[in-house]
Amino acid sequence: MSTTVITPVPFGRRIKRFMADRPLIPLIILLVILVVILQVLRPGIVNERWIANTIKFAIPLAILAGCQTMTMLTGGIDLSVGTVATMSAFIMATQVVNQDPAMAFLLAMMPAVLIGLVNGIGVGVFRVHPLIMTLGTSLIGTGCLQVYQRTVIASGAKIPDFLAWLGTGLTWGIPNALLLFVPLAALIVFTLARTGFGRLLYAVGDNERATRLSGVQYWQVITALYIISSMLAGITGLLYIGLIKAPSLSLAEPLVLPSVAAAVIGGTSIFGGRGGYTGTIIGALILTVLTTLLTILQMPEGARRILFGLIVLFVTAAYLRIVEER
Amino acid sequence: MSHFLRRQGWVAGLLAFFVALFIITKLIQPAYGSGDFGSLARAVLPYAFAVAAQTVVVIAGGIDLSVAAMMALTSVTAASMMAGASEEYALFVVPFVLAMGFVLGAVNGMLIVVTRVPDIVVTLATLFVLQGAALLVLDAPGGAAAEWLKALISGTVPIPGLPDSIDAWIPKALLVLIVCLCIIWIPLRRSRLGLSIYAIGSNELAAFRSGVPVKRTRIIAYALSGLFAAMGGLALTMGTGIGAPIPGPYLLASVAAVVLGGVALGGGKGGLLGPIVAVFVLRLVRTDLTLLAIDPNVTAIIEGAIMVAVVMFGAFITMRGRQ
Repeated sequence: MSTTVITPVPFGRRIKRFMADRPLIPLIILLVILVVILQVLRPGIVNERWIANTIKFAIPLAILAGCQTMTMLTGGIDLSVGTVATMSAFIMATQVVNQDPAMAFLLAMMPAVLIGLVNGIGVGVFRVHPLIMTLGTSLIGTGCLQVYQRTVIASGAKIPDFLAWLGTGLTWGIPNALLLFVPLAALIVFTLARTGFGRLLYAVGDNERATRLSGVQYWQVITALYIISSMLAGITGLLYIGLIKAPSLSLAEPLVLPSVAAAVIGGTSIFGGRGGYTGTIIGALILTVLTTLLTILQMPEGARRILFGLIVLFVTAAYLRIVEER
Repeated sequence: MSHFLRRQGWVAGLLAFFVALFIITKLIQPAYGSGDFGSLARAVLPYAFAVAAQTVVVIAGGIDLSVAAMMALTSVTAASMMAGASEEYALFVVPFVLAMGFVLGAVNGMLIVVTRVPDIVVTLATLFVLQGAALLVLDAPGGAAAEWLKALISGTVPIPGLPDSIDAWIPKALLVLIVCLCIIWIPLRRSRLGLSIYAIGSNELAAFRSGVPVKRTRIIAYALSGLFAAMGGLALTMGTGIGAPIPGPYLLASVAAVVLGGVALGGGKGGLLGPIVAVFVLRLVRTDLTLLAIDPNVTAIIEGAIMVAVVMFGAFITMRGRQ
């Protein structure tokens, strides 16, 4: 046989391979499809104001999902982000009444650093499972917050103007929160892709033993990681209080599970070593648009939750299928 | 052998700790008597079932985040079915709800096996689904429970030949708990299936190569978890007389007690006794803190701190053992 037969690759397979090489494309397509469905169901809803609003609500979720992305890269998870964000928001809102804003900011970030440090030591030095460690510290944090609330119940709370401006304000139709988010996201993407610390996170998640044997101080990496994650959560809390404007003891708690979902939808493996922050951002946008969509359909709360869960599961499963068949 | 000793040693230590706590309770409150022990057993009941549900799955090398939501769903289903119905109808409701838990648990397992999505993510998604379903069944706490079901866990068991003073220390709730757990756990532990569950938890690949049907075993482990969670849901309805669609704090408590009870998160190690003793310890600590008139909010801090400290200590011990 001298003639070479060129078998044409079926169109479906070619598309699949194309998507597997660029895992962001199917996510963006899904996002566009959701927006189109929204526009069809409620013509005219997709306008400048809606986009700005969606972005505003997606940003806190995206930052928290960033915490999950980074910890998940090492094979961990950080479930204390909700409590940390709530703590920093609540402390900021109550301390700013009699304190200088800069001082209040420092006080608000203190529990974040502390919880991050405890998480990091527990996971990195004592080798406690991250799920247990972060659940435990979030329990302690919530308890501390409840005790703290008693001491400030008389002084009341207020939202600093700056945070309200950052959280809800628009400049020429563009949310001010992007001023915080764009540099932050760029920093996370840069850290993960271009710095030694980022590479260490991937390395630890991929093969912890090999990483340790090649001379990496495991506990230092993990401790630094959980402190960073906690501080990001603290900053999210400050941003979120500016958006919601009502300090409560369970402010950011509802964001915790969606933040995990956003990171997973964005293609980060919960077992570590694979993923990135860009996908997570799109994952957060998808979840936010999805929530709007389910709200607009005017379903009962129960049906909305069922659909939310099913869609998260379906998207993750489909995405894994696409990416894994290389 | 040394592994066996260490595992039993952990449970024995927990039991000793429980007895010590009990003596401390008696010192703090000399009036603490059989009635209080009965209410402790009643309070522990739903927690214990949640812990059992979590234990089976963790031994099989997974985790189930949907335990509390499953309990909420089964609880509201039972309560809404029994509302306005006759006492005899409840005889049908109980097996129905248990079967529902079993089937929903199996669905959890099948989703994990079929989609190949990590168990944490799948059960996170089913958490939302079950929560939503619970809200569709009842959108506010309500419903009712049959009188005989409520009577099943209140009071004590009269055992002929025992003096009343000892009899008073055997609350019905404790007996219900022991019977329900033993009926499932002891045959399971002795069967091939039980061995398979331990096998896939300790090394999935090795289990597969020695002929364990890994997928089927995983599905059954989740189904059993669902069954235990349904028992927990029924216990909730029996205890309160109604069903509430919002899940209680059972997820966190179940994970904490599983770890405290010496079951390794990662699978293949531990038994059911340890976690059950652990859940009694955790509840008794709470009782003691209440008796000491400590602010309930501070109680949450202390509970969390105990949990973190114990888990760190346990991890430290295993690390030493490995070296």
